[in-house]
Amino acid sequence: MSAAQAEDWPADIHAALKAAQVKQVAYVPDAGHARLIKLCAGDNAMRMVPLTTEEEGVALAAGAWLGGERAVLLMQSSGVGNCINTLSLMATCQFPFLTIVTMRGEFGEFNPWQVPMGIATPGTLELANVIVHRAGEPARVGDTVAGAARLAFSSYAAVAVLLPQQLIGAKTFGK
Amino acid sequence: MSRANTLNRRAVVAALLVERGDLLVVAGLGAPNWDVTATGDNPLTFPLWGAMGSAAMVGLGLALAQPRRDVLVLTGDGELLMGLGSLASIGVQRPANLTVAVLDNEAYGETGMQPTHTAHGVDLAAIAVGCGFARSETVREMTAVEALRTRLRARQGPLFAQIKIAADAPPLVMPPRDGALLKNRFRAALVGPEAALA
Repeated sequence: MSAAQAEDWPADIHAALKAAQVKQVAYVPDAGHARLIKLCAGDNAMRMVPLTTEEEGVALAAGAWLGGERAVLLMQSSGVGNCINTLSLMATCQFPFLTIVTMRGEFGEFNPWQVPMGIATPGTLELANVIVHRAGEPARVGDTVAGAARLAFSSYAAVAVLLPQQLIGAKTFGK
Repeated sequence: MSRANTLNRRAVVAALLVERGDLLVVAGLGAPNWDVTATGDNPLTFPLWGAMGSAAMVGLGLALAQPRRDVLVLTGDGELLMGLGSLASIGVQRPANLTVAVLDNEAYGETGMQPTHTAHGVDLAAIAVGCGFARSETVREMTAVEALRTRLRARQGPLFAQIKIAADAPPLVMPPRDGALLKNRFRAALVGPEAALA
């Protein structure tokens, strides 16, 4: 694999989701997910489901599984807090759940308002019974998502993959 | 307060679900769950006991996954109000096979009948129109309930109905509480035994 390919981690995530037969892609946009959202939107095998708030995606994933399909939720770390009570659905019913979370409020953050939820994100997910993986190295992102998808859909687990700001780049606000 | 609402919730739900056949049903938490169960415990019903605000989106995920089946979400006004943005998300997808029917008693029935926003005139049917539902109506008569039962099989959705019911509390009729059981039996009944091997 060339260096350029190794750095195209959004393409690796898309390939991992495709290999896992994910059909419904629920999302609240984040800059860090922009390229992945574009790749999924260009894939006829995937249906894009934009949400007004992140917990809608948790419920959507439950409905998809009831109907025999697999879903993923793409969101920013600030959206994790919105999902807490709805995640009880996944825990109680043992629904598979896969989410890919771009981090804010950590490394290099410029906006202090992002920090409280960013810091609380891994702990919040774990308290809500979600297994947390972190994919910091560009070359390992695809494998991490593939493993998380297998854990979710084959072992009926709730799994989050966090993409840290070292990977996606901190938002600079032009400063 | 709005005008007197006289429809009986159990009669409404019984009329919607008579000879339901292969209809897929998502029941929102609280009384709609008991109403649906009063028509018979059915593996093709997914009754929610929690996760308030999520019934419509569970219905959307199911409707998208199963475009050849009709999906009916039966929920309450308080439950829908907690996930009002769901109507906008459904309006983007516009699944022809999805109906969201709200049993609107204008009250939080499980917590002491405190008034919900609909008691103060919030018009859910108008919101659904604004969100792009193919058809949306406020239902006050049993004849309209019966028409809705036919229409929800016509694949011309998404449909929305705000059904104004009397604020009474009929006896609880509960489905199983075990979420994993409810999920697994639904999938087995819909997808077949191979669902457990997926």
